Amino acid sequence: MKLKGAEILIKMIKDEGIDTIFGYPGGAVIDIYDALENTTGLRHILVRHEQGAVHAADAYARAKGTVGVALVTSGPGATNTVTGIASAYMDSIPVVIFTGQVPTALIGNDAFQEVDIVGITRPCTKHNYLVKDITKLARTIKEAFHIAKSGRPGPVLVDLPKDIMAATIEFEEPGEVDLKSYKPTYNPNRKQLSKVVELIKEAKRPVIFSGGGVVLSKASEELTRLAKMTNMPVTASLMGLGTFPGSHSLWLGMVGMHGTYRANMSISNCDLMIAVGVRFDDRVTGRKDKFASEATIVQIDIDPTSIHKNVEATCPIVGDCKNTLEILNSMLESENPSYIKGNIEERQKWLDQIAQWRATSPQRYEQTGDVIKPQYVIDRLHKLTDSNTIITTEVGQNQMWTAQYYHFERPNHFITSGGLGVMGFGLPAAIGAKAACPDKLVVCVAGDGSIQMNSQELMTAIEAKLPVKIVILNNRYLGMVRQWQELFYDRRYSFTNMEMSPDFVKLADAYGATGMRTDRADEVEALLKKGLACEGTVIMEFIVEREECVYPMVPAGGAISEMILV
Amino acid sequence: MSSKKYTLSILVDNEPGVLSRIAGLFSGRGYNIEGLSVAQTAENSALSRITMVTVGDDHIIEQITKQLHKLINVITVNDLTDKKYVQRELMLIKVNAKPEHRAEILRIVDIFRCRVVDVGPEHYTIEMSGDEGKMEAFIDLLRPMGIIETARTGSIALTREKKVKIK
Repeated sequence: MKLKGAEILIKMIKDEGIDTIFGYPGGAVIDIYDALENTTGLRHILVRHEQGAVHAADAYARAKGTVGVALVTSGPGATNTVTGIASAYMDSIPVVIFTGQVPTALIGNDAFQEVDIVGITRPCTKHNYLVKDITKLARTIKEAFHIAKSGRPGPVLVDLPKDIMAATIEFEEPGEVDLKSYKPTYNPNRKQLSKVVELIKEAKRPVIFSGGGVVLSKASEELTRLAKMTNMPVTASLMGLGTFPGSHSLWLGMVGMHGTYRANMSISNCDLMIAVGVRFDDRVTGRKDKFASEATIVQIDIDPTSIHKNVEATCPIVGDCKNTLEILNSMLESENPSYIKGNIEERQKWLDQIAQWRATSPQRYEQTGDVIKPQYVIDRLHKLTDSNTIITTEVGQNQMWTAQYYHFERPNHFITSGGLGVMGFGLPAAIGAKAACPDKLVVCVAGDGSIQMNSQELMTAIEAKLPVKIVILNNRYLGMVRQWQELFYDRRYSFTNMEMSPDFVKLADAYGATGMRTDRADEVEALLKKGLACEGTVIMEFIVEREECVYPMVPAGGAISEMILV
Repeated sequence: MSSKKYTLSILVDNEPGVLSRIAGLFSGRGYNIEGLSVAQTAENSALSRITMVTVGDDHIIEQITKQLHKLINVITVNDLTDKKYVQRELMLIKVNAKPEHRAEILRIVDIFRCRVVDVGPEHYTIEMSGDEGKMEAFIDLLRPMGIIETARTGSIALTREKKVKIK
């Protein structure tokens, strides 16, 4: 069968089981778009900016638990993807990015719309390729998908020169991928795991710390089972929210800079930490020598570089989170069920202590008066939606309040740019999530600053008929930076005062979406109800308390037990 | 933990961009490359061997080694530091050779078992190979005559073990 390079690309994408890609045409990818025109079974969603394509693909991957695909042109099309790629890299999200490139004969000549995107993205991709030989095209694409989704997932970029896409060859199936230098370790060392069983039996003050790796390896059921079986309380990083039900009595809330008092105190005082799929980011650990300083740390991760990078693990286990927890659970099941819960009195003392931390310093806000507290909006949003709702966020205070007050019950339903912290992530991510799960309600929680970073994607949502609900918490500040300025820079609000914003209701209108706004606390619930019930894409703007801060807070570099509480 | 010199022997795919990935890993994470040599291996033309000398404590070297392993084009990383290995470096050194110093330089060349590969009216260019200690000793002895310029390859190294493990 003779196929053009562009046709091989599309065939290989479809063979991966991908049904939707996000992209933007251009000169160097015109052959691919020409081939897409005749393609069935592969939906192309036209974004309005290439950054949006990668964020949408990222969220598509997360909501669906699969690989996301973005397709863009050379030069500026390619450079516009860099933020999206870097975000996917930090959060270990499997995304494959196809960039157009100038014809091979012109590479290196500073041709029109030429950029060395392979060079640019080398440090922020798991791997990347420039395809200079059409006979290697199919194999390269297959490898790209394999690398993106296996092991610790991540973005892989494939740069496709125009002449390679236009050329024709006799197509041959590439066969199975076997990379001699890339063999992720899925199966844990059982000897290490039997040590963990002993540690669990002996632990007086254990804590499970769950991270994004649990979402990626689809291990949240196993994690929940481990916690319930052993009666161990659970905390999570931002990326791990939803891996353990937020309504369960063993749930401690999020850990770290804006974590709950009880989660941070539990970590600081525990004698055993089972860390699963976490990389001990600085926003989690604070001052490292005070982080879980009394604990034996068991760290389970598929990526050996995550171990001993930031925190010394006493008992490191390299393996897939799901496999590892399955084996650990079955080992625990063969033990006496009461032994694995530790000493009953000791454990009760520990759980009582946690309950006391919760009682004395709960995560709280007070909605008094007419002015809307942003936390109240999230609180109401949580009450009015079910656990099937996918929530995306922008970055900043809106993100932290969502993490704190939307008590996630399930994995893959909270989609946020965790590691890189990309403002402008939330809206394209909501569109990507909606494309992945058309039957689910998708809500983007945004700030007035961050929504403006990719608001052009409103057009994508409308055109592609992917209705998303956008909640804007408008405090007319870049709130998180302002909060730091208030607390650590003597209230010098240098360039964070954003009194000038567009009229978001009119903006919605301009794109053909529905816009609504309130500044009254007693209207919050009614407006949310109305907006969520409204068909199509909706902007719900809440004019909120201007100088509300996200609390609790651990000052950067401080010990996580030393929190500013209110 | 104290800093010391580590010698890593890295087997990689012989492809464009691989060296850049490795160099980028070092610069991006703030590690320093003290010495570097790269060439295609004779046993397999699809592979290159990189010998790299870097400085750090155990913790940093552990991270470097793991991060190198993570690169798709890296096949093996062998930390030779605490193993038995042979190490060599090649140097070309151009030194002032005034008539009154010529005999002395040739004596030193003889003692160090290296050789003069180019002679000018007032200079010698000497080729020598050896380990780092030998290089430094040689340079120190020639310094009084006036060293004009040097070119060094950086260390290359192989373990003394017969078997090579490829993961």
